[in-house]
Amino acid sequence: MKKSVVSLKDINFKYSNEVILNNINLDIYDREFITLLGPSGCGKTTTLRIIAGFESPQEGDVFFEGEKVNDLPPHKRNVNTVFQKYALFPHLNVFDNVAFGLKLKKMPKNEIEDRVKRMLAIVDLKGYEKRSVKSLSGGQQQRVAIARALVCDPKVVLLDEPLGALDLKLRKDMQIELKQLQLKTQKTFVYVTHDQEEALTMSDRVVVMNNGVIAQIGTPEDIYNEPANAFVADFIGEANILNGVMLEDEKVRILGVELDCVDKGFEHNAPVDVVIRPEDIEVVDPSQAKLVGVVEDIVFKGVHFEISVRCENCQWLIHSTVAPHLGDRIGMRVDPFNIHIMPKMFLLPNNEVYTDVYYSDKENNTTTIRIEGNEITIPDTYYEEGTSLKIILPPDALSIAGDGVGDIDEMYIESVIWKGEHNEIILESDERKWIMQSDTDEQVATYVPVSFDFSRAEISEVTDNEE
Amino acid sequence: MKSKRPSIPYLGWMLVFTIVPLLMVLYYAFTDKAGNFTLKNFVNVSDYSHIFLYSLYVALISTVICLVLAYPLSFFISRCTQRKQSVIIMFLMVPMWMNFLLRVYAWVLILQTNGPLDTLLQIFGIHTTLINNTGAVIVGMVYEFLPFMILPIQSVMSKIDNSLIEAAQDLGCNGLYVFRKVVFPLSVPGIISGVTMVFVPTASTFLVAQYLGGDQLMIGDDIERVFQFNHNTGSAIALVLMVVILGFLVFMNRFGDKEAVGR
Repeated sequence: MKKSVVSLKDINFKYSNEVILNNINLDIYDREFITLLGPSGCGKTTTLRIIAGFESPQEGDVFFEGEKVNDLPPHKRNVNTVFQKYALFPHLNVFDNVAFGLKLKKMPKNEIEDRVKRMLAIVDLKGYEKRSVKSLSGGQQQRVAIARALVCDPKVVLLDEPLGALDLKLRKDMQIELKQLQLKTQKTFVYVTHDQEEALTMSDRVVVMNNGVIAQIGTPEDIYNEPANAFVADFIGEANILNGVMLEDEKVRILGVELDCVDKGFEHNAPVDVVIRPEDIEVVDPSQAKLVGVVEDIVFKGVHFEISVRCENCQWLIHSTVAPHLGDRIGMRVDPFNIHIMPKMFLLPNNEVYTDVYYSDKENNTTTIRIEGNEITIPDTYYEEGTSLKIILPPDALSIAGDGVGDIDEMYIESVIWKGEHNEIILESDERKWIMQSDTDEQVATYVPVSFDFSRAEISEVTDNEE
Repeated sequence: MKSKRPSIPYLGWMLVFTIVPLLMVLYYAFTDKAGNFTLKNFVNVSDYSHIFLYSLYVALISTVICLVLAYPLSFFISRCTQRKQSVIIMFLMVPMWMNFLLRVYAWVLILQTNGPLDTLLQIFGIHTTLINNTGAVIVGMVYEFLPFMILPIQSVMSKIDNSLIEAAQDLGCNGLYVFRKVVFPLSVPGIISGVTMVFVPTASTFLVAQYLGGDQLMIGDDIERVFQFNHNTGSAIALVLMVVILGFLVFMNRFGDKEAVGR
């Protein structure tokens, strides 16, 4: 068994009543390069800050080499951080910035000098000792920040989106340098990023986070090839994600077509998410495939063609080295082991609401209900006050209120996934989750006002014996 | 090329209200009543040397007290949220909406014999004179000029990025070291401008000593008094004071530059 350096156990973290981390469990092993990956607002930086000691979780424990360190202040922890915007001390020159931690350890002067010089050589900044940090370029400042953290010889180095402020070319170079540095220094690196490519390039293991929970932990290969759910598949690389039905073991139906796959253990006729990577689709003659579509767009990308195919109502993305012609009818063949089946993140196909009629108006033929404190009036419907109702709202009955005033003013967008013909959006209100369909792209981890279209809803009375 | 035209009204203003009066002071200082060139005025200035020293002494003590009071307060304010900072700053500014003279009068009322503070002290059996001494002048000065110390220090401190403090903690600083190694060095520019903004006006101000200091006047009061019967000597004193303050400013700026370069 591998030795774990840092362990997070059942970590819960709230910030002014907002749940940031929800039951995080994570073991970080010695000398590994582990990346916390996720969209902004997913809690990855908070996790890092908990390890550094800048935040302490309301619930759960942090262990460092088996020892509980919940109440240990940052300056007593054997970790060092590379901050997002470097946080170099502007009043000190390069040498003094790097030597800062060593001087505090009351190390002899010549040893400090030795170690700082050696570290500056490692990060390629030999001869920059006397320079002011303000005169350095972004990439050089970045190196100073890394040197400052590494020179203290910590057990664990925490890096908070350290390459975010650099341009693309420099970022790519630094990715490789960082990985080599980690191998050379044999330290544990905990790296935070929202860039999936960065995570796949550098990490030994990737922790994909979404909305305060860990969606998946695995090697880059695992995460890419066997995503745990549609969110991970969508976030890592490109993917065709479709709604499907698991007919029986190793048989799935999508877009009315039955396909063989290799997954089993689902209930019969269970709704599932089906993920197919664009490079796993083979372009063949229509007679040789069950899925047939029309080529709508072809873009040459150097290594491959990016082909957009319309099949039923769905848009498919294919990466192929052979290019069909625009307007061609083509067959799309996928090997069974390349069809990834995953359980739905939102279990029901529709939103079900159980509520009592709060107020009704016979004259105007309206019924008013309350959902989480919001009074919502249903037009053209009359039920007596106090009647128990069951309202089924299909995903397309929900919409984001364009004028900013919705039936519920603030819902949190938990995930947005393109399902071939529209986006499937999972929303969170104060007490529950909702599923919504939308043709527009929305920003994850933001709050939006949501309106209900009751003309699409199915409303029925609930009698006592039914309950 | 940027157009220089917008600066014309400002330059005109400077010319009429700053440059011309300065030239007049210069002219008066080097002439006698008949308008002939003379250095005699500066010989007269030496009569006021003890008042000069006294003024600098009061200014120094007031500045030190302001600094000691303002520094921790500024640090506290700078660590508050932006909203709280604005509210606290506003409350600090409220007394300044009142006329300078009225605020000095207020202190006369508070400190006068048989006034509220004196009465209170008498209850505890302390019999002392609170007004018409150097202490009262210093109290008045500190009260008048404290905001000028707080504002620059607070504004420099609130610009210290929280991540710098976290970085220091991360590298092994406890609270005291965070202050010594990061917060203090980075707040030095604020201290310098605060000290300048308090020391210069306290050294040259008038009226405060007249109301609170009894017989012991300060150089500003003397310049005002002398001007009433002798423009030439008054101008000479004012000129010497200006040179002293200029020297002080140069010294402070030197000190500041040295700090900024590091160690």
